[in-house]
Amino acid sequence: MTEAIAGFEGAHGPKPRRTFSRRNIFLYGTLIMVALYYMLPLYVMIVTSLKGMPEIRLGNIFAPPVEITFQPWVKAWAEACTGLNCDGLSRGFWNSVRITIPSVIVSIAIASVNGYALANWRFKGANVFFTILIFGAFIPYQVMLYPIVILLREIGLYGTLWGLVIVHSIFGMPILTLLFRNYFTSLPEELFKAARVDGAGFWGIYFQIMLPMSLPIFVVAMILQVTGIWNDFLFGVVYTKPDIYPMTVQLNNIVNSVQGVKEYNVNMAATILTGLVPLVIYFVSGRLFVRGIAAGAVKG
Amino acid sequence: MSGNGATSVEIKNLDLSFGAVDVLKGLNLSVNEGEFLVLLGSSGCGKSTLLNCIAGLLDVTGGQVFIKGRNVTWAEPSERGIGMVFQSYALYPQMSVEGNMSFGLKNARVPKSEIKERVARAADILQIEPLLKRKPSALSGGQRQRVAIGRALVRDVDVFLFDEPLSNLDAKLRADLRVELKQLHDRLDNTMIYVTHDQVEAMTLADRIAIMKDGIIQQLASPGEIYSRPANLYVADFIGSPAMNLQQGRVENGHFLAGELSVPLASYSFEREVAGDVWFGIRPEHVLVGDDAAGADLELTVKAEVVEPLGSDTLVLTSVNGKRFWLRISGQSKVASGDSLRAGVNAADASLFDAGDEERL
Amino acid sequence: MAKIAAIPMILTALCVFVGGTLWTVVYSFTGSKLLPKAKWVGLDQYERLWNTNRWIVSIENLMIYGICSLIFSLVIGFVLAALLDQKIRFENTFRTIILYPFALSFIVTGLVWQWILNPDFGVQNIVRSLGWASFEFDPLYNQDIVIYGILIAGLWQGTGLIMVLMLAGLRGIDQEIWKASRVDGIPTWKTYIFIVIPMMRPVFITTLVLIASGIVRVFDLVVAQTSGGPGIASEVPAKYVYDTMFLRQNLAQGFAASTMMLLAVAIVIIPWAYLEFGSRKRD
Repeated sequence: MTEAIAGFEGAHGPKPRRTFSRRNIFLYGTLIMVALYYMLPLYVMIVTSLKGMPEIRLGNIFAPPVEITFQPWVKAWAEACTGLNCDGLSRGFWNSVRITIPSVIVSIAIASVNGYALANWRFKGANVFFTILIFGAFIPYQVMLYPIVILLREIGLYGTLWGLVIVHSIFGMPILTLLFRNYFTSLPEELFKAARVDGAGFWGIYFQIMLPMSLPIFVVAMILQVTGIWNDFLFGVVYTKPDIYPMTVQLNNIVNSVQGVKEYNVNMAATILTGLVPLVIYFVSGRLFVRGIAAGAVKG
Repeated sequence: MSGNGATSVEIKNLDLSFGAVDVLKGLNLSVNEGEFLVLLGSSGCGKSTLLNCIAGLLDVTGGQVFIKGRNVTWAEPSERGIGMVFQSYALYPQMSVEGNMSFGLKNARVPKSEIKERVARAADILQIEPLLKRKPSALSGGQRQRVAIGRALVRDVDVFLFDEPLSNLDAKLRADLRVELKQLHDRLDNTMIYVTHDQVEAMTLADRIAIMKDGIIQQLASPGEIYSRPANLYVADFIGSPAMNLQQGRVENGHFLAGELSVPLASYSFEREVAGDVWFGIRPEHVLVGDDAAGADLELTVKAEVVEPLGSDTLVLTSVNGKRFWLRISGQSKVASGDSLRAGVNAADASLFDAGDEERL
Repeated sequence: MAKIAAIPMILTALCVFVGGTLWTVVYSFTGSKLLPKAKWVGLDQYERLWNTNRWIVSIENLMIYGICSLIFSLVIGFVLAALLDQKIRFENTFRTIILYPFALSFIVTGLVWQWILNPDFGVQNIVRSLGWASFEFDPLYNQDIVIYGILIAGLWQGTGLIMVLMLAGLRGIDQEIWKASRVDGIPTWKTYIFIVIPMMRPVFITTLVLIASGIVRVFDLVVAQTSGGPGIASEVPAKYVYDTMFLRQNLAQGFAASTMMLLAVAIVIIPWAYLEFGSRKRD
């Protein structure tokens, strides 16, 4: 398109674009480098977990396995030892499942009702408590660790699974309440008024009007909570006993145990296993995950 | 349709404040049975707040609300015998049209057969039977607003409350629904209280208009009365587009004097004693132009600065005493900017306001 | 009804957040060891705290980690967001890859990087095997730079989040700003520095507060990656508190340390809240 058509001199038609402009090479080059860097640890984890120990001792950690073995995975899941127990990470996995499910349900149930009450029923003092709650989100957990030990001991739940459920509900409350409050506030207020004129009460409006409209935000909250609770280490180690330690705590105990020979392949298999649940949630939920952390991070 | 004299809604000494801000102050209002009352005012004047107080959606700070002679000041919205229509329609998105209309009745535990009957009747009145099974998202704006009205209708209540119901619709649809609302009122003969900031809606729909400013009712009267005899300067300026032409001056020896102007006030019917400084107001359409101006109380020559042809009539902007002076003349007349016009004003058409308290004289 | 439904929130706010915090602060003035005892010792615990080498190291580490992590997360996060905002293809893929570490726990993050930075098998070994025999890169075994080894892992885990927030901020900017600067012939980098970044002030403040409150909490990462070692070279305050309270049964000393952490957070949060509420009043 360089020769000019008669009476049509100079530039005409679409501006020529080169796919390999200097700008594009720089842009995509940088991004690909960055992406490779971010992928690297995942790659190393997988590769290491598929090698046998002799191969690891010989070679470099970035090299793909010469001989693929799934033995480390089997061992990590079913045989690795923590203390006296040698039934692998599976115990921690099921503990985490047993902790995560009730914690997610209870924390979301409480926080969604809180958010709804704050958004629509502005009772006296509501804002005071809400402000305390939000500031509470910034208090270092360490400050409240021991008082909660005392509280849980008082109600006889210290060291139990339900004690941990309560702890997760408490510390999930600020962010979730904020999330739900902002969402319910964004719904048209007239809807709430119409329902009141129609004679629906506090729970009637919550269950019949608000809940059916809020599925996306519940999914966001679930993603937020499942990942958060699954990844928790501090509360698990403080508020539970060894037989109900969540997966993260058990993983750390397996990998960082000082006894015995280090089996790096088993360690990496165990690490992947522990990261698997949040990773699957992340890759499946995609945009909702992003929305969840963005909503969680940016206050309204 | 001015009702039969019995009181439907009565508001006594109503106060409402949000923290330190007083939104309504000692407000009294009495609405007759079957009356169509419009609450009119610019945004922030408290009109929607007042409606929400009547509906029970806001807790009042002081005073009482009566509906049909019953004190409902502390009653729940659903127990007040009201139906309400909102600006954003407020249809429950997950329920069908039928579900929307029957939700209130279900909450009130009305028998199923009766719910069906009432929904069918309301749907018939509003001609929305084909839409009953649809979700609100599948409806147009006008249809949604009909359903919202239907939801109020099925409740079989004495008083309907409308909160700017037509504001979200486009101009044409708004005019259509306005007519339908008027017909609906004629047919049902319920009391209707209607909040709007649109003068045209207020003038066309209302039996009486209450003009509000800063939480206080400025004037409560029929549209005609409000238009021709505004109670104070605010109302005079608020109603009418373009607004009333106003000149500040003083009254001396039965004449209004402002700069060069002198208008004999013999034909003006005063409501109270004249005292010193006043505002003199005349609506653009009451200014006589051309040959009609001959023999008016005040005759003057003005120069057209801007001419705005609207089709049916034409607005001409001139100036008198350095202040804007609008004329409304026939759409047929040929006036160009720069033309000189003869204009006349009769004191009988004018409104005079005290310059101090701005009340009508 | 609303009040009854909000009881869990009220209890949490009052009993845990206010009550718990006050309790800890009050008991930091006692000599509690294994169990909390109201035996007042004044400021002894604080004096002891600031005379403990371990705590001083923790604070130094937190400062280094905090400042580096703030600067690097903001810069890297913003640059990545700006790169992703160039209407590029596969934006979703790039974003997904950069953000995925954020889904992983600090424990997992710490363990992976412990492995990659392992001098016998990891990066150091590979560079040496390529022929550069004297190459040294063993942050996790070198007291002087161990905190940077943790920083590498922390940045890998957290920058994705900052990038996503920055990207949201960039997308929130009126596209007509870009059109106007193009018409005016302002170079892209100038538009970013002089127009876009000032417009993104709220986003920067939010991320700043977020990173800052995250920094104070650094705990699991250190536990997993180095267990505070070598020696005490990578200790952090959160770990100090945990260890003194639950491993060394020296409760009040832990309370004093956690009160210091609270104080540090307050120094960050209170000006921010002041700015926030101040600007809200002006609206």
